[in-house]
Amino acid sequence: MSAAIKIPYNSTERPDTGLYNAKLGVWLFLASEVMLFGALFSTYVLLRTGADTWEHGAEFLNVPLAFTNTMVLIFSSVTMVMSWASLKMKNFGKYKLYMGLTFLCGVAFLVIKSFEYAAKFEHHLLPSTSTFMALYFTMTGLHGLHVIGGMIVNGYLWGPGSKMWQTDPERFTNRVEVAGLYWHFVDLVWIFLFPTLYLLPGK
Amino acid sequence: MTEAHHHEEHQGELPFWRKYIFSTDHKVIGIQYGLTSLVFLFFGFSLMMLMRWQLAYPGKPLPIGFLVKWLGDSRMPGGIMAPEFYNQLGAMHGTIMVFLGVVPLAVGAFGNYIVPLQVGAQDMAFPKLNMSSYWVYFIGGVVMLCSFFVSGGSAQSGWTSYPPLSDVTPQSHSLFTGQSMWLTGMVFLITSSLLGSVNTITTIIQLRAKGLTWMRLPFFVWAQLVTGFLLLLAFPPLEAAGVMQLMDRMAGTSFFLPSGLVVGGKALNVSGGGSALLWQHLFWFLAHPEVYVLILPAMGIVAEVIANNTRKPLWGYKSLVYSVIFLGFMSFIVWAHHMFLTGMGTAINAFFQTTTMIISIPSIIILTALILSLWGGSIRFNVPMLFALAFLPMFGIGGLTGLPLGLASADIHLHDTYYVIGHFHYVVAPGTLFALFAGVYYWFPKASGRQMNETLGKWHFWGSLIFMNGIFLPMLIQGLAGVSRRLYDGGVSYLHAEHVLYLNKVMSHSAWALAVVQLIFIVNFFWSLFAGRKVTSDNPWQATTLEWATPTPPPHGNFLMIPEVYCGPYEYSVPGEDKDFHPQNEPYKKPGDQSNQEKK
Repeated sequence: MSAAIKIPYNSTERPDTGLYNAKLGVWLFLASEVMLFGALFSTYVLLRTGADTWEHGAEFLNVPLAFTNTMVLIFSSVTMVMSWASLKMKNFGKYKLYMGLTFLCGVAFLVIKSFEYAAKFEHHLLPSTSTFMALYFTMTGLHGLHVIGGMIVNGYLWGPGSKMWQTDPERFTNRVEVAGLYWHFVDLVWIFLFPTLYLLPGK
Repeated sequence: MTEAHHHEEHQGELPFWRKYIFSTDHKVIGIQYGLTSLVFLFFGFSLMMLMRWQLAYPGKPLPIGFLVKWLGDSRMPGGIMAPEFYNQLGAMHGTIMVFLGVVPLAVGAFGNYIVPLQVGAQDMAFPKLNMSSYWVYFIGGVVMLCSFFVSGGSAQSGWTSYPPLSDVTPQSHSLFTGQSMWLTGMVFLITSSLLGSVNTITTIIQLRAKGLTWMRLPFFVWAQLVTGFLLLLAFPPLEAAGVMQLMDRMAGTSFFLPSGLVVGGKALNVSGGGSALLWQHLFWFLAHPEVYVLILPAMGIVAEVIANNTRKPLWGYKSLVYSVIFLGFMSFIVWAHHMFLTGMGTAINAFFQTTTMIISIPSIIILTALILSLWGGSIRFNVPMLFALAFLPMFGIGGLTGLPLGLASADIHLHDTYYVIGHFHYVVAPGTLFALFAGVYYWFPKASGRQMNETLGKWHFWGSLIFMNGIFLPMLIQGLAGVSRRLYDGGVSYLHAEHVLYLNKVMSHSAWALAVVQLIFIVNFFWSLFAGRKVTSDNPWQATTLEWATPTPPPHGNFLMIPEVYCGPYEYSVPGEDKDFHPQNEPYKKPGDQSNQEKK
């Protein structure tokens, strides 16, 4: 459509900033995401300090499953980096493999998470049960939506979006890097959620 | 030339819906934002005109038959406004004016249209993202409008949506209640402004033309850059808060509901343990920076118009830039001055009172620099300049009346009175809106190729100035007399309001007269679009910044040749030059001149 217009620095770095556009864009986006989850963690702190009693998550949440999920996400972050590194080494086959693994890790995370949710519902632990459960469902729910968002991007870059490797390999590699930055962030949020919700003792 | 020709040809191939509806051209998107937000501004204003009838003539039937009939018996039983409907109008007036009117006009329209031109870029950094940010905004607006038609009507807990009231009004787990739709609409609007701010910031940082260093950026671009950061970082906490309030309303959580709450004589069946103050903190963490989102782009426009029409450089360009950065930073740590009366404690009050006093310093530096810029200028009193000049004292009144509100002890008397309404309307209406009008008149020739009519513009200006003061000055007086801001009857049932009640009629008649004056603007806008005087040059105001170095109107891709920048943004009346302005993209003839200029 806009073949005549060429936005500069969409695959090469601008010399004085050292960034290509999408990389700056995604860092700005992540800054905003920090504020989003920051508000939720602040809510946790404020409501917890204001409460007389507080539950210990480990007593009724499934720590082994959550630990498995933590490992799954960390592993997926590794495969994500490997997929980008494969492109840097011009190995498209390896890229497909690692990006596919990253996507499957996302699926595994969501499957495990849905088992956890189902078990909570079975025991009548609902968002309306207590402030703790409200926080649990809101924070993990919003995180889950972010995982799904990341999987859509990763799935696109694995499938139809990967055609760009033939036409503009440099830009495609950048896209994978940017998607990776987001995916690591989603991973990182979980690294904070896991101890906050599952491990911190009650009062 | 051939390249430009190619652009136009290329654009011609696009079908109508790609060119004007789902366009990725920043200028088309800017105009879409502009027209949509102007419609919302007028709509939000109309809500207020209805309210003003009830305030001036409480309990009397509205004498406009067809309107009463259309609004129906649930809203206007017997032509008399129902209290619930009054609350809906109040909540939606604030929401629509701020989130659907002024911000999209200041940031979405002017930011989109002007920023890429002023930095010498062909488009925004992410054109498709730009298009989606407009359409997400549009959906948010439609959700807000639809909320009027669900059972129980739209949101009615004020534009601040304070819980517990907003959590339990109306008590229903359905998504299709006014308040839940308000929250959903807000999530869309916040997402839209997030996408927009990422785009604006990236464009300014990455796509500046060759030679356009930071200290050569027009002040408007600086203002938009800081605004972008405010939107980026301040809005997400409200998004989180909106999600939590939605959970409270729909999933029965108690984020904002304390234990032991009794509603309508019945104990509320919720787990409790939440905090109503938490919402206020999260809301104002957004909504205070939001004030600066409203005012900074306006200051940027005023700076451009003043430099152009005084024919001299802005006084203290660097102090303007540093002030606007400092202002942006400080705006994140003043939010709780909206909450002095919540019982946060004197220590916290003292902290926020101090930061509030500190933030007034950069605002005053900016205003002072703009006023001093007039000194010794050969001022052209055209319509944009009139609006920009009126901005200075009007915003001055708005800012100075804010100081007593920022002092915790004075705020005890003034909090939640009409004084507060008067204060922030002075900032936003004859302040920001005047600047936005200045921007419309100033950049209209670039966007359309025609000048707006000067005479109609002057009528519009003088009418707006007089009637806006007719509305907002009495508010300050009523507020000092102690009249509370949320009274359905305008204060009739309060003895202490008795001697200032006549002002309600002054304000209401001013508001309706203001509407008539805005009709002049609407007529002028459309008449000039089709029959206005054609501009004879690409640079009709003889300005220096890059947007005037484009063809008129700029084609898709903006510039015939990618511009290069050789000097600062406001090189007016440079000694030894043969004309009184020196465009940024023109090299100086002798290299010695330029170094002289830099030193200044």
